[in-house]
Amino acid sequence: MATPVLDKAEAESSASPYITVTFRIRRFNPEVSEDAVWEDFAIEIDPKERVLDGLHKIKWDVDGTLTFRRSCAHGICGSDAMRINGKNRLACKTLIKDLNPEKPITVEPIKGLTVLKDLIVDMEPFFQAYRDVMPFLVTKGNEPTRERLQSAEDRERFDDTTKCILCAACTSSCPVFWNDGQYFGPAAIVNAHRFIFDSRDEAGEQRLEILNDKDGVWRCRTTFNCTDACPRGIEVTKAIQEVKRALITRRF
Amino acid sequence: MKIHKYDTVIVGAGGAGMRAAIEATKRSRTAVLTKLYPTRSHTGAAQGGMAAALANVEEDNWEWHTFDTIKGGDYLVDQDAAEILAKEAIDAVLDLEKMGLPFNRTPNGTIDQRRFGGHSRNHGEAPVRRSCYAADRTGHMILQTLYQNCVKEGVEFFNEFYVLDQLITEVDGVKKSAGVVAYELATGEIHVFQAKSVIYASGGTGKFFKVTSNAHTLTGDGQAACYRRGLPLEDMEFFQFHPTGIWRMGILLTEGARGEGGILRNKDGERFMEKYAPVMKDLASRDVVSRSIYTEIREGRGCGPEGDHVYLDLTHLPPEQLDAKLPDITEFARTYLGIEPYTDPIPIQPTAHYAMGGIPTNVQGEVLLDNTTVVPGLYAAGEVACVSVHGANRLGTNSLLDINVFGKRSGIAAAEYSASNDYVDLPEDPASLVEAQVERLREATGNERVADIRRELQETMDANVMVFRTEQTIKTAVEKIGELRARYLNVSIQDKGRRFNTDLLEAIELGNLLDLAEVMAVSALARKESRGGHYREDYPNRDDVNFMRHTMAYREVGDDGSESIRLDYKPVVQTRYQPMERKY
Repeated sequence: MATPVLDKAEAESSASPYITVTFRIRRFNPEVSEDAVWEDFAIEIDPKERVLDGLHKIKWDVDGTLTFRRSCAHGICGSDAMRINGKNRLACKTLIKDLNPEKPITVEPIKGLTVLKDLIVDMEPFFQAYRDVMPFLVTKGNEPTRERLQSAEDRERFDDTTKCILCAACTSSCPVFWNDGQYFGPAAIVNAHRFIFDSRDEAGEQRLEILNDKDGVWRCRTTFNCTDACPRGIEVTKAIQEVKRALITRRF
Repeated sequence: MKIHKYDTVIVGAGGAGMRAAIEATKRSRTAVLTKLYPTRSHTGAAQGGMAAALANVEEDNWEWHTFDTIKGGDYLVDQDAAEILAKEAIDAVLDLEKMGLPFNRTPNGTIDQRRFGGHSRNHGEAPVRRSCYAADRTGHMILQTLYQNCVKEGVEFFNEFYVLDQLITEVDGVKKSAGVVAYELATGEIHVFQAKSVIYASGGTGKFFKVTSNAHTLTGDGQAACYRRGLPLEDMEFFQFHPTGIWRMGILLTEGARGEGGILRNKDGERFMEKYAPVMKDLASRDVVSRSIYTEIREGRGCGPEGDHVYLDLTHLPPEQLDAKLPDITEFARTYLGIEPYTDPIPIQPTAHYAMGGIPTNVQGEVLLDNTTVVPGLYAAGEVACVSVHGANRLGTNSLLDINVFGKRSGIAAAEYSASNDYVDLPEDPASLVEAQVERLREATGNERVADIRRELQETMDANVMVFRTEQTIKTAVEKIGELRARYLNVSIQDKGRRFNTDLLEAIELGNLLDLAEVMAVSALARKESRGGHYREDYPNRDDVNFMRHTMAYREVGDDGSESIRLDYKPVVQTRYQPMERKY
């Protein structure tokens, strides 16, 4: 006997879980047209499925030209940040049932980065801002033979900002970033925070100087969009505030 | 077509690729070609930890770790490689800590460690705390830390470059690596990378199963590229089914949940693992636990109206412990199942998780052309490779270890090779195979769809070559795969453009999956015994007389162009551990 297959069980259950949902997707392909357009797709889907499952149904069964990035499909890789019903989210962490499927679900690329095709944007400026904050541990002197010691409390101090998956949901939800792409943006500051508050690191001052720049932390207007957008639940605005405070007090 | 020249080219930017890149970039001009942005790799989905006998919290040593790895792999492990893995584990963890990895800490500030399946003190006496971890996102932290250090070292990445072909040139009768051919997703342009050495670190093949913890992008691209050029694939019949995937979705719930005290229960609430593994119980090795779960289901003790799953029970653990040690997986249960793990058990089923087999290498990461000859200039590390440190079943936390130990080794070895060898001439018209493949798919007008064939492949693999296999089910799979391969020739795509054509890439990925699924099934059919992750109901015992050997599968092309798979076998390296009956 082979391993039990679940589909059989599914077929035997009586009421169909499927409902009809309309996806209203922002399409753009410069190989076809200079203009972006909205396109509607009505599909049958179980509301317990993810928005990403809906996008796959469209791509696989209806229109193979629909283009988006995705990989892990459970909120860890950070590939599929998009604007869903006007809010930045990961398509793989957003269930249909949580979106009022009675109405069309709008799906657009994240804002503030150049759209290249459909839901794909140019991530390079985002990663450049990340690289600019020296996102790596800097230490001086001789390396110990064993691990560096760190108390559980010191480790806890920067725990929240280690969760970042670089999906850009925060940065591309920030009105300051929309207006001025030179702003480092929340994600870069979060990753600077992760090292500034790491007791093992010795380049906090340098990172603070980088963020003291006119395009640095002071541009933040505390709108909390970033915190709302973060699919990892990082308190992004709080982290930015802590960096601002560290710049004033020079204590971290 | 563009031609690039680098000393060392690394294919893939997950844990193994970036660990190799940090070493190779210091020693040679290195390019990393990756089909995803570097931090998108599935290394980031690994949760529970990385094994190393640091002995920070209780007595432990690398010799015990070596034994556990060999026993866990049901004695198909090459013991010299396992010894290296366990011995170098300690430095691999310390290297990561020095690079900045935020491990959880003990009260005295050292790296904390927890229990994990199959890891024991003194050769199986009792579970041991060997897994070094960062909450339940250890893979995420490894991936981030390695990328951070790649930024620090100035590693050169070619993002969204998809390697489709391995170039091999024969020089004085010796087959050598000449470089790779890549497809640039953004533009559709084809690039030839001439390189003195190439390292494959492109990950696993899990997407030929339906219920899997693997990412959509894990389609065995590196294995397929090498296999099509006549290189063997080792032990492909051995695939790991992780016991605790989210019911129907397959999303991984770490074994660390059981390491923290979580218990598996059937519909009667019984802790059934006590029956199957009296000593290690819920922390027996993964193949044993997955078989036990399906035995419960098949004997009518599964949960839910269909009786098709069991429960992972965490409700007896304090919420603070779940929040501190298992925050991500408890959130997965809330997000995807609407279940509160503080108060309710989580429905789980085994999920296709990890390929033990892959491109055969020696302990320096050098790729083998046959049982003994290496391909000069060609290396592989991580899940794409088969060293073999995992044998017939990998222990939890040994994959994050594998990518670090053998990523580093192959990075150093490849860069040293590049430093002391010249470029090999590219074959004539090096991009021709890829150009033909891409053009054929772009222009194809057949009536088969990629999604249909992939769905049928996944369904046949789940039904026929999963946790339990028989001659009959495997033959069914082989036949079905053959039919799907024939239909694949008739596949067409809708997107004919050059810009970000993911429709085209999915078609190419499906071709890779079909080739590798066939190798897996044919290898499984020939292995008439049960060992580790390969369980044959018609041959339920391990057969060391006939099958204590690695499978080596080769693609053969006849004079008439017909393809077939030739199986050969390679001896297992045994040093100090004689095979014993495996009990947990």
